[in-house]
Amino acid sequence: MREFTDGTTAIVRGALDAGCTFFAGYPITPASPILMQMMRDLPKVDGVAVQGEDEIASIGMCIGATLAGARAMTATSGPGLSLYSENIGLAIIGEVPLVIVDVQRLAPATGGATTVGQGDVQFARWGTAGGYPIIALAPSSVSECYSLTRRAFDLAERFRCPVFLLTDKELNMTTTTVDVDTYEKPSVRERAILPPRELPYRYVPADETPRLAQYGGEGAVRFTGSTHDERAIITKAPAKVAQLNEHLRAKIEDHAAEIALVVQDRQPGATTLFISYGITAGGMREAVARVRDAGTAVSALTIQSLWPVPECAIHAALAGITRVVVAELNHGQYRREIERLAGGIEVVGLHRVDGELIAPEAFMEAVR
Amino acid sequence: MSDCTTVTALATYRNDTPYPFCPGCGHHAILEQLNAALTSLRVDPAKVVLVSDIGCSGLSDQYFVTSAFHGLHGRSITYATGIKLARPDLTVIVIMGDGGTGIGGAHLLNAARRNIGLTVLVFNNFNFGMTGGQHSTTTPTGAFTSTTPGGNLERPLDICATVAANGAGYVWRGTSFDRDLAGRIVEAVRADCFALLDIWELCTAYYVPKNRASKKTLTTILDEAGLKAGLLHRAEFPEYATAYRLAAQAQRGRPLPAPRPITPRFASPLDRPFRLVVAGSAGGKVRSAAHLVGEAALLSGLWAAQRDDYPITVMTGHSIAEIVLSPREIDYTAITRPDVMILLSREGASKVGHHLAAMTPHDHVFALPDVAGVETRAAIHVIDPAEGSRRPGTGSLALYCIARALKEVGVFPIEALEAAATLQASEHAEESANAIRAAVGAK
Repeated sequence: MREFTDGTTAIVRGALDAGCTFFAGYPITPASPILMQMMRDLPKVDGVAVQGEDEIASIGMCIGATLAGARAMTATSGPGLSLYSENIGLAIIGEVPLVIVDVQRLAPATGGATTVGQGDVQFARWGTAGGYPIIALAPSSVSECYSLTRRAFDLAERFRCPVFLLTDKELNMTTTTVDVDTYEKPSVRERAILPPRELPYRYVPADETPRLAQYGGEGAVRFTGSTHDERAIITKAPAKVAQLNEHLRAKIEDHAAEIALVVQDRQPGATTLFISYGITAGGMREAVARVRDAGTAVSALTIQSLWPVPECAIHAALAGITRVVVAELNHGQYRREIERLAGGIEVVGLHRVDGELIAPEAFMEAVR
Repeated sequence: MSDCTTVTALATYRNDTPYPFCPGCGHHAILEQLNAALTSLRVDPAKVVLVSDIGCSGLSDQYFVTSAFHGLHGRSITYATGIKLARPDLTVIVIMGDGGTGIGGAHLLNAARRNIGLTVLVFNNFNFGMTGGQHSTTTPTGAFTSTTPGGNLERPLDICATVAANGAGYVWRGTSFDRDLAGRIVEAVRADCFALLDIWELCTAYYVPKNRASKKTLTTILDEAGLKAGLLHRAEFPEYATAYRLAAQAQRGRPLPAPRPITPRFASPLDRPFRLVVAGSAGGKVRSAAHLVGEAALLSGLWAAQRDDYPITVMTGHSIAEIVLSPREIDYTAITRPDVMILLSREGASKVGHHLAAMTPHDHVFALPDVAGVETRAAIHVIDPAEGSRRPGTGSLALYCIARALKEVGVFPIEALEAAATLQASEHAEESANAIRAAVGAK
C-alpha cells in the first residue's frame, strides 16, 4: 500500500504514535510545517501545542512541560538551533528527555532558508557549553523519518537527554512515494517515573540512567540546572560534581553500542566504501545500484545514529576497504569522525554546499 | 484558580536550611512573606512549583520544601509556562530578579499577553547582586553601579505598567518592608491569572553602599521615577492554560490524518526513471498540478517524487516543480537532466536555464507561445491553449499543459491523471478534470 507524502508528515505521525503530548516551536523555514501540523493535531489527542514567542521560549516550555509529565518535541532549523543552545545544556545537566528536530538548511545565519544543507552535524553535538554528549539520529528517507522519530522518543526516555532528529529541507518538503506497509515501528518505552519522595538524581553506577522525578505526584520534586547533588541542591563539592559530570558522560557514551543504528550494505570484494547519512544517502543508494550493475563491487554504510559515533559499526564496515568516500552537504564535518577511525585507510570527502544534492554520478566517479 | 485546597497543608514551607543572603538583604524578608502566604494558602507543597531564575534570588527555591525548578537566566517564565500548560492544576510561582526582566523581557511580555496563570515575584533591588552590582533594567536614572560609575543614563523599566498594558490580570508594587506582602501573594495566586508583584528591596552588598540607599529612600526612588505602589491593575481575561483546554475540547478525539493509500488502477509502460520539470509562476497552480502527476503515477503503479522551488514571498515570482517518476523506488529525488520540460511563464523559464542547457535532442520542451523561444538543444513543442475546443482558465492552465505534454510522451495513461484530478478533495476537482479532457481533445 503506497502513499504520496513528505518527511514532515512522517515525523508528525511518528511523534504522535510515539506518545508525544507537548510541542512548542517558533516559525522557521523549513521546519514550520511541523509546527503547523502539531498545532492542528496535538489537541486531538489531548496534547498541547504552542507557538512560543521565540525559540528560547519554545524549548524552555518543552523542558518545563516534560518535568510536569509531558513527552515533548520541538522543531527548528539552524538559526533556531543557535537559540536553543543554552537550553540544550539545561536539558543535559537536568537530564530531561526531549526530542529536537533540526530541519537543516544551508549556510550560517539566515543562509539559504529554502535550500538543503547538512551543516549542523557537529553543531548538534557540540552546540552547548560543557561538551557533554547528546544523541542524534539522521533519517535518510521519508519512512525513516517516521521510524527514527519513534526511536528518538524511545531513546529520550531511555537516556533522559536531548535526542536530535537531523533532517533537512529536501527530506521534509519533498513529496515521495512511500510504501506504508514497510514503515518500521520501533517500540517506544513508557516513561520510568520515580516513586514519590525518592532522590531525584543518582550518579552511581555512573552509566545508569535513573527514573525521572516529575511534578504533580505525591512528593515534592526538585530540579536544577546548576551542578547539584542527588537532592538537586546546588553544590561545588569536587567529588560530587565529578560524579555528576562523569554520569552525564557515561550514561550515553558507555551505551554507544545500544544506540548505534546503521545500514551496512557490504559487497564481497569491494575496496571502496561509501559512507553517508540523511538525504545524501539516497543518492548513495542509487549510485551503489548503478556501480554494481556495471559490474564493480562497492560497499556502503548509511549512518542513522550520528551521535554517539557508531564506532564498532564503522570499524566493521572498514574491513577490507582501501578507500572511503564520505559524502555530506557540508565541508566534511562527519569525515573528521571517519578519519580518526580509519587508521591509515584513504578517506576522501564528497561535498556540496551550493544547495543542491550530491548526484549518484558524483559517487560513481569517486569509485576506484 | 489552582487547586489550593488540599489537606497536606503545613505549618511552614521552609526547610531547616538557613538563608544564605547578605545581612540586610531584602530577599530574606520577601521569602518569609512567601512562606506565610503558602501557609495561608494551605497548599500541598508537592503541588507548588517554585521556578527560580538566576541571581541571588535564584537560590531561593532551595530553602523551601515545595517542588522547585532552577533553570537559566531570564528563562524562568518559559519553564513555568510549560509546567502550567502541562499541569494547569499546579500552583506555579516564579521568583526572578530585576535582571531577569531584562534578559527575559520577551518572555515577561508574552506571558502577560497570554495571561498564563503564573505568580511572578520580582525581587527588584536595582542591580545584579550576584555578579558584582552591575546596572539592570530597573536601575534608577543617575544611580551608581559598577557599570554606571558616572551615574545611570538610562531610564528604568516600569515593569508593572508594561505587563499591565499587555494583558496581565493582577499587578502590584511594593517593598520587602510591606506588612501586607504575604496577603498580596495569596491574592495574586488566588487570582489565577498572570500576576506580577514588583517587590522593591535593598541590595546591601552593592546598591546600598554606592547610593546611600535605605528603607526610606525606596519611597524617594518611587516618587522620583513617578511610579505608584499598591495594587495597580486588575483585569479579567481568560487564564491561558484553562482557555487552551477549553478551546481544545472541540478537537479532542477527532481523527488524526491517516495515510492516504493510492491503489494502482492503471498500467504504465515506463521502464526507467522519467524526469519532468514544470516551470511557471506563483498563483499558476504549478505545485498542485504537479502533485496530481505524482498521484497519477501512483495510480499507474509507479513511484514518484516531487520537489518544489518557489520564493518565500509565495504569491510572487517563479514556481518550479520537479517530478521524478520511476517503476522502482526513487532514492535520488533531484533532477540533473529533465526528459521533459514544461514552460508556462517567463518567470519560470528564467529559473530553469541550467536544466534547458543540460537537455539533449532526445528531450522535449513543451512551451506556451510566449516562452517558446528559449535556448536549448531539446525539441521544442509549442502549446497553444486557444486551439482546443475549450480554452482552459488560468487556474487550470498548468494542468492543461502537463496533460498535453504527457499525452504525447505517454508515461502513463492520461486517464490516470483525470482519475487523480477527480479524486482530490477540492472544489477544483471538476475544473481540473475538464482541463485534462480539453487537453486530450486538443490536437
